[in-house]
Amino acid sequence: MSKLLDRRLIFVTGKGGVGKSTVAIALGLLAARRGRRTIVAELASQDRAQRTFEHDGEPFREVGLAPDLFTISIDPQHAMEEYLRIKTGAVGHLLAASRLFHSFAMATPGMREMLSIGKVWELAQLERETRGASPYDLVIVDSPATGHGVGVLRTPRTFADIAVIGPVGRQARRIATTIADRQFTSVIAVTTAEEMAVNETLTLREVLDREQLALDAVIANARYPERFDDRLCAKLDDALRRTESPLVRAALKAALSEHARAAAQREQLQRLSEGLEIEPTELPYLFAEQLGPAEVGMLADALEAGLA
Amino acid sequence: MSVAELLDGKRVCVCAGSGGVGKTTTSAAIALGMAARGAKVAVVTIDPARRLANALGLAELQNDPRRVEPERLAATGLDVGGELWAMMLDPKRTFDELIERIAPDASRAEEIKANRVYRELSTAVSGSQEFTAIAKLYDLNREGEFDLLVLDTPPSRNALDFLDAPGRLTSFLEGRALKAFMRPTGLGMRVLGRGASPVLAGLRRVTGIDLLDDLSTFFQLLGDMTDDFTRRAAQVETMLHASTTAFLLVSSAQRDSIDEAIWFRRTLEQSGLPFAGVVVNRVHHDMLGDRDPEDVAAALGSELGTELAALVAQNFDDYHVLARRDERNIDRFATELDGRPLLLVPHFDDDVHDIEGLAQVHRYLFASQAERARMIAAVVA
Repeated sequence: MSKLLDRRLIFVTGKGGVGKSTVAIALGLLAARRGRRTIVAELASQDRAQRTFEHDGEPFREVGLAPDLFTISIDPQHAMEEYLRIKTGAVGHLLAASRLFHSFAMATPGMREMLSIGKVWELAQLERETRGASPYDLVIVDSPATGHGVGVLRTPRTFADIAVIGPVGRQARRIATTIADRQFTSVIAVTTAEEMAVNETLTLREVLDREQLALDAVIANARYPERFDDRLCAKLDDALRRTESPLVRAALKAALSEHARAAAQREQLQRLSEGLEIEPTELPYLFAEQLGPAEVGMLADALEAGLA
Repeated sequence: MSVAELLDGKRVCVCAGSGGVGKTTTSAAIALGMAARGAKVAVVTIDPARRLANALGLAELQNDPRRVEPERLAATGLDVGGELWAMMLDPKRTFDELIERIAPDASRAEEIKANRVYRELSTAVSGSQEFTAIAKLYDLNREGEFDLLVLDTPPSRNALDFLDAPGRLTSFLEGRALKAFMRPTGLGMRVLGRGASPVLAGLRRVTGIDLLDDLSTFFQLLGDMTDDFTRRAAQVETMLHASTTAFLLVSSAQRDSIDEAIWFRRTLEQSGLPFAGVVVNRVHHDMLGDRDPEDVAAALGSELGTELAALVAQNFDDYHVLARRDERNIDRFATELDGRPLLLVPHFDDDVHDIEGLAQVHRYLFASQAERARMIAAVVA
């Protein structure tokens, strides 16, 4: 993983609800702690990193969260206007103001994804095109849920195929090359140890293979602690049969529930590692009222240990 | 309030929510419950867990509802008076069927299906699932074979996508302005040829002429079919706004999911769409109350020995934290909902993946408020 964090561009994807954003932020924090100037770019959510750090900055701008850690929410519309201003000067302003152009650009299949990934690519350049912007050592992309996430990765190549000549085609080819460069880019899947999430991760692997992209790491999030083994559970079962106290019964039932959940997770993790050749890195379930900087810090610690 | 009351007199139930909150399970459990109450119900799912698909007999991909065999339902012990039908949506096939239906002849349909822009459009993950899900819902509703249709919306991160994406695609297909420009005889292509209009010149500069050519061919092929898309889109809008349609929001009890549900609910109401209520899944119910976890450890000590007792108490306390978190989030949502129905389903020990699991979820959804409270108390005690 330390090698992983030496890349310049990391796409974090996975099924909806598995904690992609949180993991992306934790990875960002880990890289920042190592002194890499890092930005977490959100494609599918808005200002989640800012909310986690109880920060209230402007959307669609690069915002500092912690030393060497930044975030931005990317909006296709905003990205398009920026691109046009940079690329086409006065004509760009005219286009940006044209309703015809907007309806064309926003409705063209894949154009929204293309614009978003174009912005990601710009963030990852050492020579930034955004005036006055500093370069980043690492861009971590909080990608959309698996299906859409792969769509985003595939978009540049699709555009390169469709728009054979012209600036969009040229730009798309450049981005596609960057994404395919394993020294530069990596893809990480986040999953939970649940059936659907594991299925999606296994499918993701196949789809990436077809796209000739690699899955560099899998992070199994929200793993329950295995507090009780079978022997202890037998004791708990015994105690449950004997006791009448509602409080004690509730506590015993909660323990047995957790045992059942942890066991179900173990089964799914087994299926996951058999299906992939990568051993997933586990992150603990956090019994916290809400996720703030302290909790993200704990996950960064766990990533550091797990990925060492 | 129970789901049966919420859906009384409804013909369409749209289950919406962000990814990973249990939409598919909730949709299937609702369909099961309504079938048990005598209705002929079809549930349209997008990508159910394999075990759940197997449980419903949806092993092979198909694009029309199939009846779930009564024997499978009998295993739940439920007396299913009606019929449960289920289907798994195939977006590409739905799109193709739509083109075949509205194309003037078979050869035009084939040409469109072979067009590069169409192929991108119909397989792009973003948008095509949403568009075709609504298209399928509309057709099933118009055919009128079912008393109730339950739609499990596509698994997007953002629930709002579901409302936006079909419209984006429709407006592309309608593309009035664009279509006029793109026709070989239209103003646009003439102007484009001469490069006179700065907007079009800019468009060409940014996109490349070949993309415009492809689009032009595509719209030429569509021809008057775009009017059908426009007509259908208007009828779909009518269906979604009808008083016989109910939008049900599905959420987990976590902050981000609740935030999104709140936002989605407001958007529904602003758009005049019929919002019926909320289902919150995987709720941790409080079992500790205001008792001290140390008292729990002490009470357990004589049975389990200090060490194991401490572990059990710690576990109990951890879940108490989650229960408090869930309670606070749900309270916040309840205030926002101002008395509109909020149905809670507890966090079960295992993923719901079979008919029995669905029946279990269904029991919570179809219980009265008082029954639900009793069921939760029974779990806790």
